[in-house]
Amino acid sequence: MKWRAVAGVVLRQVYLMRSSPTRVLPLFAWVAVDIVLWGFFTRWLNEAGPSGIDFVPQLLGAVLLWDFFGRVMQGVTTAFFEDLWSRNFLNVFATPLTISEYVSGLVVTSTAASMLGLVVMLLLASAGFGLSFFAYGILLLPFLLVLFLFGIALGIVASAIVLRYGPASEWLVWPLPAVLSPFAAVFYPLSTLPEWMQAISRLMPPSYVFEGMRAVVAGQGVSWPMLLGGLALALLQVFLAGWLFARVHRHAVNSGLLARYSAESVN
Amino acid sequence: MTPAETSRPPVLSVRALHKRYRELVAVEELSFDVGRGEIVGLLGPNGAGKTTTINMVLGVLQPSAGQVLVDGIDVARRREQALARTNFAAVYAPLPGNLTVWQNLRYFGLIYGVRDLSARIDALLQQFALERFRDTRCGLLSSGEQTRVCLAKAMLNRPPLLLLDEPTASLDPATAQDIRQLIRRLAREEGGGILWTSHNMGEVEEVCDRVLLMSRGRLLLQGDPRTLPQEHGADSLEDLFIRVAREPLQFGGGR
Repeated sequence: MKWRAVAGVVLRQVYLMRSSPTRVLPLFAWVAVDIVLWGFFTRWLNEAGPSGIDFVPQLLGAVLLWDFFGRVMQGVTTAFFEDLWSRNFLNVFATPLTISEYVSGLVVTSTAASMLGLVVMLLLASAGFGLSFFAYGILLLPFLLVLFLFGIALGIVASAIVLRYGPASEWLVWPLPAVLSPFAAVFYPLSTLPEWMQAISRLMPPSYVFEGMRAVVAGQGVSWPMLLGGLALALLQVFLAGWLFARVHRHAVNSGLLARYSAESVN
Repeated sequence: MTPAETSRPPVLSVRALHKRYRELVAVEELSFDVGRGEIVGLLGPNGAGKTTTINMVLGVLQPSAGQVLVDGIDVARRREQALARTNFAAVYAPLPGNLTVWQNLRYFGLIYGVRDLSARIDALLQQFALERFRDTRCGLLSSGEQTRVCLAKAMLNRPPLLLLDEPTASLDPATAQDIRQLIRRLAREEGGGILWTSHNMGEVEEVCDRVLLMSRGRLLLQGDPRTLPQEHGADSLEDLFIRVAREPLQFGGGR
């Protein structure tokens, strides 16, 4: 791995961010809107009647964690789309840059961008709506790690889809978090879902995080084997996503797709 | 060139290169070399296979068969090492328009692992008369200025092999002449080999030491651009080009 080459990929995104407020704003604007919206909603639920459930860590915490995952995924895809939008694939892939260096650059960019979003969300949720992260304790870190890894994996898969099927497939990628959210059991216990949906959920690391989060808030201990299973699954998915991207890239080189890639020439 | 340099392998060796897309044969049994300090013109009508060949040399297109060696290194087996020894500029591959000239050169300089990068960028900005555009976004430059930035990027890593796909297509005659002189000087002084495609036959005669004439994916003729037309009964290189394009069978361009 040549770290200067990875730095080149990251630096390109830094240059873009630095000169473009329209790229910086979405890093925290939408997540801030989500926190405000769900913050007031959970406040109202807590005040509406004594249900015995504290909705702030249950719902607002879930929104925060899910938005964090979404930002990580979009961080990877947006960095990849910058090369797509500026038709830069030929310039990039005709260099000595390896696929692992390129993807590492996307991941580093996404990490930095999603951390910015996370800080804004944490500040807003705690200062505005009293979300205390002591409610999750040290478990917040493995929760975030699993979601981060799954976001990276899904971002790489989404980039591979667009590389394979062309710019028109971009619309498939943006709604992916929304499509997956029912299976991730973000707002309800996994047992609420029918069996066939639960089977899919068990393949999704976020479902382990949200089950764990609810257990912690309810005062029950988290199941470490379950959480470690989610972590192992997320790591496996990152590996598989990288393999898929490399395979799609190889196909694009074999078929001539990469050489001809542009918004006009690829369906 | 020193004896040591002449004993080194050519900067580019293409051996029995073949590219097929299902029924369509884009490049067939193509073999040629580009020597050190040599400028070779790759000519042919649209669809002849020039860009396909360049893409295979650049490793962005997998050959169906054959071998590409850059500076003696097989592109298929040691892609990174081979591509570190080459670079390219093409009219259809502009640099990102939302980065400034300096940012683009820094970005690609890091990817190519250029040492003493800031000094190298400054030298290239001066060489290509781009100092005053240093902080201008590439998308705001004229096509001629963008071409100069692409050429500066192509020279960043002092590549032994430089691929230029119609580098002067969008330049005015005066700028095009400056660029031709500059590239000739670079080939002479730095000893790099250049593979150059162009539809401007006057330019080819002026710049190239040797030309390869392709049609329908096959190499039909090669030789000195100043003597090749006469050897084949043509009045000029342009005349020969037109005959190859219209009647490739006369020159062995079957299929």
